Amino acid sequence: MTTDQLQVRVNGRLVTVLAGTVVAAAIARAGVAWSRHSVIGQPRGALCGMGVCMECRVMIDGQPQARSCLILCVEGMEVVTDE
Amino acid sequence: MNDSAFDVVVVGGGPAGLGAACAAAESGSAVGLLDDTPWLGGQIWRGQELKPANREARRWLTRFGDSGATLLRGASVVAAPHPGLLLAEQNQRPCQVRWQRLILATGARELFLPFPGWTLPGIMGPGGLLALAKHGWPVNGRRVLLAGSGPLLLAAAESLSRQGANVVSILEQAPWRKVMAFGLALAAHHKLWQGIQLKLRLLGVPYCCGAWPIRAEGNDQVRRVTLTDGQRTWVEECDLFACGFGLVPNVELPLALGCELAAGFVRVDSRQATSVPHVYAAGEPTGIAGAGSALVQGLIAGYAAAGQAAKAEALFAERDGWHRFRAALARAFALRLELKTLAADDTLLCRCEDVSLGHARQFNDWRDAKLQSRCGMGACQGRVCGAAAKVILGWEAVSVRPPVLPALVSSLISQPQPRPEQSSSDPRASSKRP
Repeated sequence: MTTDQLQVRVNGRLVTVLAGTVVAAAIARAGVAWSRHSVIGQPRGALCGMGVCMECRVMIDGQPQARSCLILCVEGMEVVTDE
Repeated sequence: MNDSAFDVVVVGGGPAGLGAACAAAESGSAVGLLDDTPWLGGQIWRGQELKPANREARRWLTRFGDSGATLLRGASVVAAPHPGLLLAEQNQRPCQVRWQRLILATGARELFLPFPGWTLPGIMGPGGLLALAKHGWPVNGRRVLLAGSGPLLLAAAESLSRQGANVVSILEQAPWRKVMAFGLALAAHHKLWQGIQLKLRLLGVPYCCGAWPIRAEGNDQVRRVTLTDGQRTWVEECDLFACGFGLVPNVELPLALGCELAAGFVRVDSRQATSVPHVYAAGEPTGIAGAGSALVQGLIAGYAAAGQAAKAEALFAERDGWHRFRAALARAFALRLELKTLAADDTLLCRCEDVSLGHARQFNDWRDAKLQSRCGMGACQGRVCGAAAKVILGWEAVSVRPPVLPALVSSLISQPQPRPEQSSSDPRASSKRP
């Protein structure tokens, strides 16, 4: 791992990403296609990419409903989808 | 609670906000700029702060850095409880920001229209995918299909190709003759449009006008999209489907402050002043015209707010030139009627509360639908389905209640009451209107 790389956990799985990667992108890189399931159980992922639609919301370090498209990955971050 | 006060507060760090902050700060005002993202530059210049590639963006980011303005990064405005005060959240903590003059540069979001399958993961806005790709979303080697409307489709395709995406095709809903006329009119002033088209031709990406999506399919993510030109239909396979039908202005905060709208945009006078004293607006909330227009509007608003009337006036002609561009853009990429009937009765309109179009359309208007079906009452507060309902059902679907974004309970209970000693510094009490 180089200095501009860092590691986060997505649903317990370790993912290495470049510094400057947002959490939504780390989720995609972890091979998880969605961030949440809707009221009727449909899988949903990032839509607007700019903090408006709230589809990408996940649990980040115990904080629920975080907009994963607006939050940069930090070393050791714990991300949980379908929180 | 963090409390700060400025002569001029700017909301939004895109071209309009940067222009406004620079103009006001360079004129000697104490300026605070709030942006709800961790980076500066708005959506159009996203990523430029980390890796400057665009000369214009670099110039303005540097100028902002030298201007003396204070940046409140990652600060989302959640409410405007009374004139002169914004309530925001920064790093999950509430903060109060006091202003004498306020400049709203809240930008725009993409217009998403429902069609069967539009909620599948892997379907996102062209601008959204572009933004995420700049922040690590994997596009290299992925088959990306683009559809919808507007120049953003071409810009996104060009940038995504450069990042290694395999751009399958670009489908523009507007007919070829309108797009051509726009390109020709634009080419007289700007090389940008031609340049992008040329690059895409070199990359071998088909740009197909007068075509639009009618259905997307896949199990847990999008795999296939059915397209039509009104005569025939065909299917494209893809890993990512970037689909957006142009831009919608972010007018929630202006509305919360009481700013009047005209035809869906914030009404401003020649100095970019809104109908609310000491509140200005610049950029996309006043009309969709892109970064160049936003910059000059921002500068005018910044100079006007700082009391530099002559400097503001010197930019009026340039700004008015962009108004002509704005009108040409709206004409060329006007949405075709067929797009209103893409969604079936069982297609979801509201993605937050999973309300189908068939259910929502039983009601008389937006308010009725909200009260009785929860349409538009979820996490995005109708920002996605409200814009769609306006196109499909003709509903005036903008309504704002505080907080303008989902807020921490701690922010709401910290909401201050107007203080009596404020009346002397209350902007409304000032005799002259800037």
